[in-house]
Amino acid sequence: MKEIILIKNGELALKGLNRTTFEEILIKNLRRRLTPLGEIEIRRAQSTIYIEPVADGFPFEEALDRVGRVFGIAAYSRACVAEKDMGDILQKSADYLKPMLAKVKTFKVEAKRADKQFPHPSPEICREVGGALLAANGHLKVDVHNPDLTVMVEVRDFGAYIHGEQRTGAGGLPVGTAGRAAILISGGIDSPVAAWMMAKRGLSLNAIHFASPPYTSPRAEQKVRDLLARVARYSGTIRLAIVPFTEIQEEIGKHCPEDFFTLIMRRMMMQVATRLAKDRNCPALITGESLGQVASQTLPALAVTDVATDLPVLRPLIGMDKEEIIEISRKIDTFDISIQPFEDCCTVFTPRHPKTRPTLEQCLATEAGLDKEPLIERAVAGTEFSYID
Amino acid sequence: MYIYKKRMDVSLFNMIYLDNSATTKPCPQAIEAMLDAMTSRWGNPSSLYRIGLEAEQLLSAARASAARWLSCREDEIYFTAGGTEANNLALFGAAEARKRRGRRIVTTAIEHPSVMEVMRLLEKKGFEVIYLPPQENGCVAEEAIRTAVTPDTILVSMMLVNNETGAIQPVAAAKEAILAAGAPALLHCDAVQAFGKMPISVTKLGVDLLSASGHKIHAGKGAGFLYKARAVHLPPLILGGGQEKGLRSGTESVPMIAAFGAAIDALPALEAQLPRMRALNDYARKVLLATGLVRIHSPGDALPYVLSISVPGYRSETLLHFLEARDIYVSSGSACAKGKGSYVLRAMGLSDDEADSALRLSFSRETTKEEIDLLAEALTEAAARLRRK
Repeated sequence: MKEIILIKNGELALKGLNRTTFEEILIKNLRRRLTPLGEIEIRRAQSTIYIEPVADGFPFEEALDRVGRVFGIAAYSRACVAEKDMGDILQKSADYLKPMLAKVKTFKVEAKRADKQFPHPSPEICREVGGALLAANGHLKVDVHNPDLTVMVEVRDFGAYIHGEQRTGAGGLPVGTAGRAAILISGGIDSPVAAWMMAKRGLSLNAIHFASPPYTSPRAEQKVRDLLARVARYSGTIRLAIVPFTEIQEEIGKHCPEDFFTLIMRRMMMQVATRLAKDRNCPALITGESLGQVASQTLPALAVTDVATDLPVLRPLIGMDKEEIIEISRKIDTFDISIQPFEDCCTVFTPRHPKTRPTLEQCLATEAGLDKEPLIERAVAGTEFSYID
Repeated sequence: MYIYKKRMDVSLFNMIYLDNSATTKPCPQAIEAMLDAMTSRWGNPSSLYRIGLEAEQLLSAARASAARWLSCREDEIYFTAGGTEANNLALFGAAEARKRRGRRIVTTAIEHPSVMEVMRLLEKKGFEVIYLPPQENGCVAEEAIRTAVTPDTILVSMMLVNNETGAIQPVAAAKEAILAAGAPALLHCDAVQAFGKMPISVTKLGVDLLSASGHKIHAGKGAGFLYKARAVHLPPLILGGGQEKGLRSGTESVPMIAAFGAAIDALPALEAQLPRMRALNDYARKVLLATGLVRIHSPGDALPYVLSISVPGYRSETLLHFLEARDIYVSSGSACAKGKGSYVLRAMGLSDDEADSALRLSFSRETTKEEIDLLAEALTEAAARLRRK
């Protein structure tokens, strides 16, 4: 029996005349994710994408797993292909659904006749298929209100498709349709979640990590790579920039009062990140900041870091509780990596009593001793790039 | 040998490796023995035909080599996968074998985790475990042992050389205490850091059980042994085909054990080696103290292969990575997570600040005075360049 994967677009249908562009990007993303598993053909019609393996032996479950992590998909299912002929539909329904029906007690049939040329209306399809399934599976009962399994029969442009339950897709918009942005990633719990959330809204990602050897360990860098690899399962390839940050931190340590260390450091990070983002045509930055979570994330602190860049700073976690963030990090499988203990080896530079109500004037005054421009230039020049998929 | 030569090209010879208590570079003899066992004598030592016998002969030769270094009989050596397994086998086995004669176990507060964790589990199982703290010099007091060993003590476990400080523990005094108390106790000694580096006679020490590991003496990871006196009976931890006289089932790792044997045979005679290591250790103390930055924590009569120091004002991990960037490899005294200094150094009464800036240097027969000079220079440079914590 021939099988395919049926994909229902998510919000795409709402996008009017842009829809074609969005669908094309979604198909490109799907193709990139699925072709390593085997040759496939992709077709689309009426907000549905059809993925058809060319050869036998296609690893369907792995493919469905991957489809489940592609943004821009509302629902998807693995389906059996039948001729647009009632006899064939009845025959294939009985054969294909047999193993699924063996595990349940009640079922119902839903039909969708997208191809109005098909002579049998939907209620008739339901009735016929339901009858055939009952006849073939003695233990079954119909329950239209609370069935264990809902069987779908869809008569569409290229054929008829029979499947059990649909799976819910990752939602969101196809990565790339919203442009790109650069995520500042530390290795903690928050930034990978922030990256995932913005990829979900259609951004393709660049990542920027600040390394301060010898105060931080090479393992901290590996941790960031591992985290991004998990995010990339949703977002596709991420370009990672690792910025040498030791000199800037040491200079801040030498020239600025201790209670301003973290603030000035974040302002410098913003400025370096802005240069790198612009070099890569990223018109926005993303951070994992959440209001009030730590001293550098109070409203006055966010205000002084915000003005350090002229790019918009997207902060998808700003109104979330730590528990909510952790829940997502578990869902996307980054939590276990994030809690490895290499995170803040950087304690050397953490002030004992950080300023929580800084003003911009104070920041500018404390920074005055820093010769910022050459520091930023050297950091940018020393940055190393790699790709994570 | 092919693999060995290939490794040699990668300039591993330029590095200064001062972490020989963690592991050692396999010596050419060990590598050759391993390759020989894998390429031409790969039979199962339990098989009755000729190639089985050849493999068994490799085990016998390694057993004889180990027995010579301990002045024991060959049939008292039981190969394991390493020191941790030997410790587990000895402690669980001894507790089980003696549980009807008492519940009291005496050990020290500075044992390796592979002893410590077993003790914690034995406590949960209802044994009473006494952890003797060290004195300021890192050694447990003989008087404390005499007090702790009571007539109902069933097991005493004491390491011969501490892995963090090199301090030599009074194992023979533990035997005297057992005899004096008339206790039914077995005496186990974790000799992982001592084997091959100081004279050990199981009869002079009076131990019933003694653990050692291959990769600390230039063999490969994956082979160790437990010495078990003939008169002592232990239940096994791993059941199966009855290898190692039923004490440790599972087909022996012939290549690793052959490498272990070859590494033992390649050990230099201690009469010449120990004075050389003592001179090297004295030199290191002199040169490091001359920097004015370093405190020494190893006692003067410690095993000269290990030197515990601290560089107050600087964090261990930062120093470690600073040295790493100069191709010098040492161990941080602490167990990675920030704020958690070594329990061994704390038990010796070091301050938080000292424990937080501790480094462990551990030497091998290949360590040179020039390397010590370069280490001292690098530490001086570190103090000038790095921020104090």
